Amino acid sequence: MSSQGIILADLDGDRTWRLADYVKRGGYEALKKIIAEKIPADEIIGEVKKSGLRGRGGAGFPTGLKWSFMPRAFPGAKYLACNSDEGEPGTFKDRDILRYNPHTVIEGMIIAGYAMGCERGYNYIHGEIFEVYDRFEEALAEAREAGLLGRNILGSDFSFDLFAHHGYGAYICGEETALLESIEGKKGQPRFKPPFPASFGLYGKPTTINNTETFASIPYIIREGGDAFLALGKPNNGGTKLFSVSGHVNKPGNYEIPLGTPFSVLLEMAGGIRGGRKLKAVIPGGSSAPVLPGAVMMDCTMDYDSISKAGSMLGSGAVIVMDESTCMVKALERLSYFYFEESCGQCTPCREGTGWLYRVVHRIENGLGRPDDLDLLNSVTANIMGRTICALGDAASMPVQSFVKHFGDEFAFHIEHKKCLVPPQVQYEGSKIYVA
Amino acid sequence: MLSPESLKKIDQEIAKYPADQKQSASMSALRIAQQEKGWLANETIEFVAKYLGMPPVAVYEVASFYNMYDLAPVGARKITVCTNLPCALSGGVHAAEYIKKKLGIDFNETTADGKFTLKEGECMGACGDAPVLLVNNHQMCSWMTEEKIDQLLADLQK
Ligand SMILES: Cc1cc2nc3c(=O)[nH]c(=O)nc-3n(C[C@H](O)[C@H](O)[C@H](O)COP(=O)(O)O)c2cc1C
Ligand code: FES
Repeated sequence: MSSQGIILADLDGDRTWRLADYVKRGGYEALKKIIAEKIPADEIIGEVKKSGLRGRGGAGFPTGLKWSFMPRAFPGAKYLACNSDEGEPGTFKDRDILRYNPHTVIEGMIIAGYAMGCERGYNYIHGEIFEVYDRFEEALAEAREAGLLGRNILGSDFSFDLFAHHGYGAYICGEETALLESIEGKKGQPRFKPPFPASFGLYGKPTTINNTETFASIPYIIREGGDAFLALGKPNNGGTKLFSVSGHVNKPGNYEIPLGTPFSVLLEMAGGIRGGRKLKAVIPGGSSAPVLPGAVMMDCTMDYDSISKAGSMLGSGAVIVMDESTCMVKALERLSYFYFEESCGQCTPCREGTGWLYRVVHRIENGLGRPDDLDLLNSVTANIMGRTICALGDAASMPVQSFVKHFGDEFAFHIEHKKCLVPPQVQYEGSKIYVA
Repeated sequence: MLSPESLKKIDQEIAKYPADQKQSASMSALRIAQQEKGWLANETIEFVAKYLGMPPVAVYEVASFYNMYDLAPVGARKITVCTNLPCALSGGVHAAEYIKKKLGIDFNETTADGKFTLKEGECMGACGDAPVLLVNNHQMCSWMTEEKIDQLLADLQK
């Protein structure tokens, strides 16, 4: 874990997550200022707009704009949901935010609740990180005790309460409407949109959903100003961002760096490639983002615009690094299995298509590929994309399309020679148990 | 029937939701019930349904949708190893193979003495800690080298 930013800065692992530590770091100053100066909600949303903050959950939607969609005058309950379901393979930043700096998420959500007139929020925490759920509950208890949550916060007439809800093993619940269904105690199947959550969300009430890291950026923006946040990154790509670097690097981990930092610098921070091997490919934004050849990545900077120009997505900021010992067919086979396993089964193109994609990649990897399999893969993805309720179908298709596009020779070699281009022993050595 | 301690925990979960939305606690109630009983038998699911005022089938739908609920008996220790790509690049698959060899079982099998069940997991949001595994859903073990796996299995034997 290393930080040139605002969320993981000045943390000392498990020793500095409590309320008192957070306050020492300037925590809850933003909230106190809002309450003391009775800052109008519009002004807060304006500041968030100015900051250039874009959603950190994957889609990169401008946060201030999203907040302005909430019908503040709507009578009755309005809700806030924090998406800590972090299940996109490669992504492990929200876990560190929640266990090492939970109060920054709590403060961010209280401010969001104030700005959008919500009375209640839920933080939906990935089931597999149950220890983090327990810790978040403790942090909530601290905040409640200190009068920062509940009725009449800090003696004002503003009331907001916040609770933790846990998942229990379903990637799809990271999709925002599946997440709402899951909070409602149902299986997590995405809803049709429209209506969008801002008009029909949790329990049918207006609801805004943001990612953990998005909320965690809010206290700084209010304390230091939207311009200050924007200046940390680059235009249209405000702020610093956490990148979860995994795969064949010497020091896997979270790195919080200014948006616009060259990929080569990030790679160096993560200790470079293991064993002196060469970089082969990078998935720059979580497993659903199109893979890019290493050489293309070396020319990119880590921000929404640069990665999108190169043909991929910054997504959740999960950077999966693969070196020359990787068999790209095998890598795709594992990802395709994941989407097949996690499709919620609601839409036929996704339910059937993800299984089909997996079976075809699996047979190529196992020496049973057929000459027209690459065309088949492309045609199956074309029949999934844009034909499903949620984006899981697209998420399953983009890896297939991009692996075939950039590493088609390797797939063709498999089909023709019925074996991997990369010798099995090299693969074995490259992906042995590695602990930094 | 669940123990008074479990019911107390479920009541705390119910209190998080609006008074007319008790069913929102179904996920945590099932989790609490599973922790007490080891797995979710139909009668346990029916009990949870009754307690929350839900149709049993609605609770069954939840229990069968989410991967971490066990609808069949498992060993005293359920070990779930992440083998998804980011972990696999740092030995997730090797760690799983090593455990299979040590326990003499494959994924979705239980040792003859009923002590261990092995499962293959999807991304746990902890890829920087690869290889990672979960013990009984809630205890995460990071950076699992062969030595650490030996140690863990020895500790869990006790
Ligand atoms: C299949 C799927 C999985 C997703 N998983 C996550 C997730 O784990 N965490 C997350 O914040 N957003 C996830 N998203 C995106 C959310 O739907 C939503 O866009 C996001 O939480 C909005 O927050 P933001 O604007 O702050 O990024 C997922 C989307 C899809 C389609
Ligand atoms: S891939 Fe194993 S925890 Fe993410």
